[in-house]
Amino acid sequence: MAVQTAPAPVTAPEVATANKLTMIVFSGEMDRLVAAFNIATGAAASGMDVTMFFTFWGLQALKKHTRTGRSLMGRMLGWFLHDIDGVGPSKMNFGGAGRWMFKQMMNVKQVTPVAELRSLAAELGVRMLACQMSMDVMEIRREDLIDEVGDVAGVAAMLEVAMQSKATLFI
Amino acid sequence: MDAVQTTKILDLKGLLCPIPVVKMAQAIKTVAIGEVIEATATDPGVMADIPAWCRTTGHELVRIAREDKIIAFAVRRVK
Repeated sequence: MAVQTAPAPVTAPEVATANKLTMIVFSGEMDRLVAAFNIATGAAASGMDVTMFFTFWGLQALKKHTRTGRSLMGRMLGWFLHDIDGVGPSKMNFGGAGRWMFKQMMNVKQVTPVAELRSLAAELGVRMLACQMSMDVMEIRREDLIDEVGDVAGVAAMLEVAMQSKATLFI
Repeated sequence: MDAVQTTKILDLKGLLCPIPVVKMAQAIKTVAIGEVIEATATDPGVMADIPAWCRTTGHELVRIAREDKIIAFAVRRVK
């Protein structure tokens, strides 16, 4: 197995409070992810240096369309995990009907779909980090996540950026 | 109409938040400092968002006005 080196520091340590935004994305529902990526792209467009840290259900925003899990329970959990196109709204999902309805309504109003917002975020230089601990618990491997994921990191790496940020949001 | 030299025309009609500001951020990089982008939009949120975007990014809002459903504005690249 190849020797793995530590990822480069997320930010230069000498920067005190820079024009940065840190977002902890815990939720994995469509509406909350729309909000998260909307804020992230808006902040990046306004010149902020944005870091999104995805943990627990939020990892669905970074997941490829693959089945995850190794153990029996991990595979059972894998059946309930979606990718960004498969997640439903936090209210009125009605077993998927709500997801369909929201997508139709957003389409009619020409709201940018959440997957496109994610691509736009990556294009604008938004840094996306995945939480190692949640990945371990939920049995999600690095290769189950999209290539746009910058690093897999932990709480200290997230806090390092948060301490240098003007604002930190938990969604 | 004041005498501003428009460098770029941007059509943001039909686009909703956050795309107008994202498109502005991308477009401003394509013009030189001192040049002006002239844009039209239909999302009423633009009336608040573009002035706010100009304040946070430091670019100059030359003008913004809403006539019926069309919002027209001009932004000068400052830095």
